[in-house]
Amino acid sequence: MALNVELVGKQYPPQTYEVGREKIREFAAALGDSNPAYHDVDTAKELGHSDLVAPPTFAVVVTRGPQVAVIDDPELGLDFSRVVHGDQKFQYTRPIVAGEMLHTTASVHSARTIAGNDILTIRSDVADEAGAPVVSVFATLVARAVEG
Amino acid sequence: MAATVRASDVEVGTELPSQTFSLRRVDLIKYAGASGDFNVIHWNERVATEVGLPNVIAHGMLTMAEAVRVVTDWCGDPGAVVEYSTKFTKPVPVPDDDAGATVEVGGKVVEVLDAGRVKVELTATCDGVKVLGMARVVVQLV
Repeated sequence: MALNVELVGKQYPPQTYEVGREKIREFAAALGDSNPAYHDVDTAKELGHSDLVAPPTFAVVVTRGPQVAVIDDPELGLDFSRVVHGDQKFQYTRPIVAGEMLHTTASVHSARTIAGNDILTIRSDVADEAGAPVVSVFATLVARAVEG
Repeated sequence: MAATVRASDVEVGTELPSQTFSLRRVDLIKYAGASGDFNVIHWNERVATEVGLPNVIAHGMLTMAEAVRVVTDWCGDPGAVVEYSTKFTKPVPVPDDDAGATVEVGGKVVEVLDAGRVKVELTATCDGVKVLGMARVVVQLV
């Protein structure tokens, strides 16, 4: 089944994610990153944040569920077994901080087939409780053409 | 946001201190757990080689996360990163040994934008092979 390019623009139901201090610390520790802004609340506050600040790529944790909902959409026709990660972009309005509740709406940003490769870009817009934008995440997945 | 680097001290061509990151199998396991990305090609050599990869490969997002530390360690506040994008040009194979893979990352200011923002281009290589392409970070300086 080929990638369904008709789905461009389709939006998926919003999902909620609560940002925990320990999750930020765990994520930073997994990177071996001891930057005190990720671990020490006082340092983060001295930098002007309300609580621990999340690393720039932490938004992948927040947007994981919404992105999987797109990938798993049976109408989409993406062969995940052939997928490689093509590119990734984060556009921040402001950083993510511990203690906040975020709402993510994912959509099919673009879908095309070039030389047998299916190329899908999923856009995930993350907003705060007041509905103000926090970050937009663009993930491009490439399902490689079947050989032969 | 409170970066410690002043935009007035930076110009096109300013180089950021480069860093070297070592990615071992255990680092991939930790990242899988922390990120929720349990794709089998990042921890199972049998499956990775069956699908044509040279070995278990690092998550592209792990390489991306490590590379931006060249910017966050330099600018003084990780919250000052306003945009970050990259292409994943080549995989980072991670051998089953104590050293793992070594990723070398450098950064250079390529554009001075309005309102104290600058654009940094990152280069990331593993065994001399470029693993990130067009890796660019926009950072808000003071």
